[in-house]
Amino acid sequence: MSAHTEEEPHDAGTTKLFVSVWVWLLVMTAVEVFLGYIHFDLKMKLTILLGLSIIKAALIMAYFMHLRFERLSLILTLVPAMVMCICLLFVFFPDSFRSSSLRYKFSGHDQTTGVNP
Amino acid sequence: MQAEQVISGEWGGGAFPYRVGHRKLGMWLFIVSDSLTFSALLIGYSYVRASSDNWPTPFPFWPSIIFSSVMTLCLLSSSLTMVMAVKASARGDKAGARKWIWGTILGGASFIVLHLIEWNHLISEGLRPFALPDEWAHRWPGASPLFGATFFAITGLHMFHVFTGLIYLASVAVMVKRLKHEDVEISGLYWHFVDLVWMFVFPMIYLLSVDFKG
Repeated sequence: MSAHTEEEPHDAGTTKLFVSVWVWLLVMTAVEVFLGYIHFDLKMKLTILLGLSIIKAALIMAYFMHLRFERLSLILTLVPAMVMCICLLFVFFPDSFRSSSLRYKFSGHDQTTGVNP
Repeated sequence: MQAEQVISGEWGGGAFPYRVGHRKLGMWLFIVSDSLTFSALLIGYSYVRASSDNWPTPFPFWPSIIFSSVMTLCLLSSSLTMVMAVKASARGDKAGARKWIWGTILGGASFIVLHLIEWNHLISEGLRPFALPDEWAHRWPGASPLFGATFFAITGLHMFHVFTGLIYLASVAVMVKRLKHEDVEISGLYWHFVDLVWMFVFPMIYLLSVDFKG
């Protein structure tokens, strides 16, 4: 054990705050399920569903995982690197669009996939 | 002079630059790396789906969407009970923390039971990692057989994390009187991560594949 003691945990959230975060998470989930059943442009649907999921993830990380009340240095160490690595993976999507346009088209079905059916 | 300033500063050793201690930092770093694993799997699934001409959308409202929505509710509620457990532990209420952790375990166990029922339903319909059931192949001609592979790999890995998390939480619950508050917080971090992954898996796998006719 080092000579320094660890900082005492600071209780930086009330039950009310956590329950309201939980309620918002449930509301957003309900919106997502609802949107899943509405027919609209698949790209837009994907954007909205992923956008909502990112907001839910941010709420969980900030409040349930307490990241909001931690030091900025911790947030900056963890979050930007993770976001960048995930965004770098998006580099592959243009290839998937190219690949889908090369495929044999089975005629007469609804768009259930990708962006280049 | 400058060297002394460095040593006496935060990064000179003996201090906690992140103010979280090494065990919690270790858990955070593990969470970052595990997020990348799940991201790679989810983006791999997205790639395969985007490059396919046709993809099954086989999940009927009953049982699949209802089950998966209830599973989402179970995990979100278990995250709330976990937060309550950490709060109880923060004020020294070890018995209360233990009770809340058992509540979290209950939520996680319900998730696994429902998910296994879902899996069983799909497997008995004929879904395999590299083959679609015949009815699906007729209904979605030319659909990629990788539906099974992506579904089972992603949900299977997630379920494995939930299962391991339950064992971890049970150990914490049993040993809570001997553990520090930080250990309860760390187990909470892992559990919230499991919930966080499901926030992405649920829309990407289930909601984008609803069966409008079901």
